[in-house]
Amino acid sequence: MSILIDKNTKVITQGITGATGAFHAKGALEYGTQMVGGVTPGKGGQTIDFDLENGKKVTLPIFNSVKEAVAATGATASVIYVAPPFAADSIMEAVDAELDLVICITEGIPVLDMVKVTRYMEGKKTRLIGPNCPGVITPGEIKIGIMPGYIHKKGHVGVVSRSGTLTYEAVHQLTTRGIGQSSAVGIGGDPVKGSEFIDILKLFNEDPDTYAVIMIGEIGGTAEEEAAEWIKANMTKPVVGFIGGATAPAGKRMGHAGAIISGGKGTAAEKIATLEACGVRVAPTPSDMGSTLVAVLEDKGLLEKCKG
Amino acid sequence: MNIHEYQGKEVLRQYGVAVPRGKVAFTVEEAVAAAKELGGPVQVVKAQIHAGGRGKAGGVKIAKSLDDVANYAKELLGKVLVTHQTGPEGKEVKRLLIEEGCDIKKEYYIGVVVDRATGRVVMMGSEEGGMDIEEVAAHSPEKIIKVVVDPAVGLLPFQARALANDIKIPGPLVGKAVGFMLALYKAFEDKDCSIAEINPLVVTGDGNVMALDAKLNFDSNALFRHKDILELRDLDEEDPKEIQASKFDLSYIALEGNIGCMVNGAGLAMATMDIIKYFGGSPANFLDVGGGATKEKVTEAFKIILSDANVKGIFVNIFGGIMKCDIIAEGVVAAARELGLDRPLVVRLEGTNVAKGKEILNASGLNIVAADSMSDGAQKIVALVK
Repeated sequence: MSILIDKNTKVITQGITGATGAFHAKGALEYGTQMVGGVTPGKGGQTIDFDLENGKKVTLPIFNSVKEAVAATGATASVIYVAPPFAADSIMEAVDAELDLVICITEGIPVLDMVKVTRYMEGKKTRLIGPNCPGVITPGEIKIGIMPGYIHKKGHVGVVSRSGTLTYEAVHQLTTRGIGQSSAVGIGGDPVKGSEFIDILKLFNEDPDTYAVIMIGEIGGTAEEEAAEWIKANMTKPVVGFIGGATAPAGKRMGHAGAIISGGKGTAAEKIATLEACGVRVAPTPSDMGSTLVAVLEDKGLLEKCKG
Repeated sequence: MNIHEYQGKEVLRQYGVAVPRGKVAFTVEEAVAAAKELGGPVQVVKAQIHAGGRGKAGGVKIAKSLDDVANYAKELLGKVLVTHQTGPEGKEVKRLLIEEGCDIKKEYYIGVVVDRATGRVVMMGSEEGGMDIEEVAAHSPEKIIKVVVDPAVGLLPFQARALANDIKIPGPLVGKAVGFMLALYKAFEDKDCSIAEINPLVVTGDGNVMALDAKLNFDSNALFRHKDILELRDLDEEDPKEIQASKFDLSYIALEGNIGCMVNGAGLAMATMDIIKYFGGSPANFLDVGGGATKEKVTEAFKIILSDANVKGIFVNIFGGIMKCDIIAEGVVAAARELGLDRPLVVRLEGTNVAKGKEILNASGLNIVAADSMSDGAQKIVALVK
């Protein structure tokens, strides 16, 4: 089991003929993802070839629209590598085509575009992950996004994070300790996005194959505090946390548009205190995410179940 | 991106937001000429820097004659203003706004921001104008009234009317206040602002509602569709290292410490600063080389870090996913050779092609300290710069 995606999920890539889209579509195919087609307006009817490292050749059809792609391939998920000025439109097109899941990797979408997108999505069935995120992986089954697949290991710990590279860091620390992951989800670093921590924590809580969760937050906003309260009230599985940006100066944007502390709100200290108060053990440094989880698993008698 | 107050008021004026008449001046002569042109008994001379708290720092003067204007302009131009937002080094005043004085009856606060909790634009108002809104939020949060805007229809007149009433705008002026708010929202939305703050909004003796100050901040992700706003960028207000970094698409922010950092990914870069601090060191910068860094980009990043005289040592922390460790290693070696490595360098590489990367560093013959993990690297660099 896993959350959001598994080996049966059929995926299309929006922006498949761009350099980034093509590169990561190939990466997904290498990992075993059922990538079934792509969308590039104006190039419908053409095909795109991939030469995989195992010697296999894959040819995917290109469509002019998401609707056409879905009708022809039966895809239920899409991943977006479209340039920032056009990415919001691509998300809404995918939502209109009634996909179950849309993962937007694109970084740099104007915030007010995302305000419109989230409004447009109200009452619609699609779940959006991102934008400005690494994507979602269910190790050993499917990879949708830009994360390096080989650092992951199939297992029982869920990972959810606002940061890409910090997710890799956490996953690596788990894998090298023999602890696999059920799914790893990057929700993205933008202030207005499709899914928040709570949305993903709920899914992990309901997934019988996930025994514990690592949640990686950062400064800015109050999503971590809200998640902490939700965990206290609802979560039946242990959660370990880390908050990046304890040393970031107020008012400065640290790469992620979302990572900006203003008016004393959204500081790391505040978030860590709330998480601890809600029973989430917080790793003191980013190097201790793996060891903190191991300690918690040991306490709960879950370590052996999570290993191997 | 930030702009100056006078530029912000210009932008707002285009949308029909009421602002006092005023002109920018770069010299004392221009200041006097502007005051003459404006006429009237009182002019305000306002230092233009990208920081709040100018009034308290002595950057705003009330002039009652042209001589006053000249004297104040002389005093302020070239002066280094230190406010709670500039840091201890302050900012040099190079531009002044000369503005007509107005008869203030009462001050209010109006701000527009993107609220991440609701994912919507929110307009905030308060009857406690003219002071730090953070202080109002801390002491009397009930005095901050919020209106959530539905992007499908924009700010609606009834919402603006309710806000004007709630912050106790005098009845006869509510209509003008509503017009002000609707125009302000339109400007915010049209120009992709991230913050529009009017503090204070004033009601005047002659029955006007206008913005006495204006702070506009723009979403840098949206500047591609606002060439006019991009032209307002004042490079004098930015750190030269940050400007250099932005040319190479590097995300760099100068800080006060002495350990230069080069990291891939914003989250990991922040976490690297944290771990340096945790082990008793102090980061000199935030630097995210991004996911698709090339050898050239790494070299540029190195140059920028080394151009900071405060930097006593460098910590490179890379988790190669898409970015391969051997590419990073090549860049590090090339930069160190080109620039001459005169300070300690600790490198932690992990991820794709890590063995190849480490081999390149070892074979370089350069004095590079290898680290096995983030915490190992942080401890090593902290020890080396002590």
